[in-house]
Amino acid sequence: MADNPQKPGRARPLSPHLTIWRWQVTMLASIMHRATGMALSAGAVVLAWWLVSISNGPEGYDSFMAYAAMPLGVIVLFGFTWSLAFHFCNGVRHLAWDLGYGFDKHIATRTGFLVLALSFLIAIACFALVWTGHAGYLQ
Amino acid sequence: MNSQTPLHKVQGMGASHSGTGHFWRERVTAVALLPLSLWFGFVMLGLAGTNEVTMVQYLASPWNALLMAAFAVTSVYHMSLGLQVVIDDYVHAAGTKVFLLVLVRAAAIAIVAVCLFALIRIASV
Repeated sequence: MADNPQKPGRARPLSPHLTIWRWQVTMLASIMHRATGMALSAGAVVLAWWLVSISNGPEGYDSFMAYAAMPLGVIVLFGFTWSLAFHFCNGVRHLAWDLGYGFDKHIATRTGFLVLALSFLIAIACFALVWTGHAGYLQ
Repeated sequence: MNSQTPLHKVQGMGASHSGTGHFWRERVTAVALLPLSLWFGFVMLGLAGTNEVTMVQYLASPWNALLMAAFAVTSVYHMSLGLQVVIDDYVHAAGTKVFLLVLVRAAAIAIVAVCLFALIRIASV
């Protein structure tokens, strides 16, 4: 938190920003990792809301489901599902990098595409399971 | 004149006061969240479309309650570590930065407290 030691009012040179680079999948995955992480913070609040609604008995849970079943609620839930799938898969990619694996440029590009495709596949599969009646197996 | 002992110099990690602590905690929580998230996904799919009675029954069982508590605590801790990095990266005004960092910690504690209280309440019905 050191303040700028330079004289105030003098324009400082800036490093090139997002808008100047050609988009690459590695860059997209990195940005999406942060974005999905932030989205999942809202997901944590919804998790707390869901648990509280269950603890409030049937009426409490119904009030949660009223929101969750709305078209917007379904879209948000799909967003959380995909965010978790992406953050999970890309998180594994990051942990592999931390261990020194897969940091080669071409491998990082390939795993970037893989993680993106996999995350959508997982999210769509989850919703397909629910809509085809294959979920709810804990009843 | 420097009053710092050699040990303090070695341990003194500059303005961050923490060295690799944050990095390490982020990784440890990430690894813990791998199995916990898989379990969470399994439970969410398994409870989707069922009713409140089923959910109370499932979450009232000790192992399920403990795993859900572990998922809530670990993911929210991981969340506060991640949001701290976002704030460190983008917020440069000292006052706003401290305010947001405290807000994130307070929100994290609140979310965990609410989750745990709800789980205890579910288990004691």
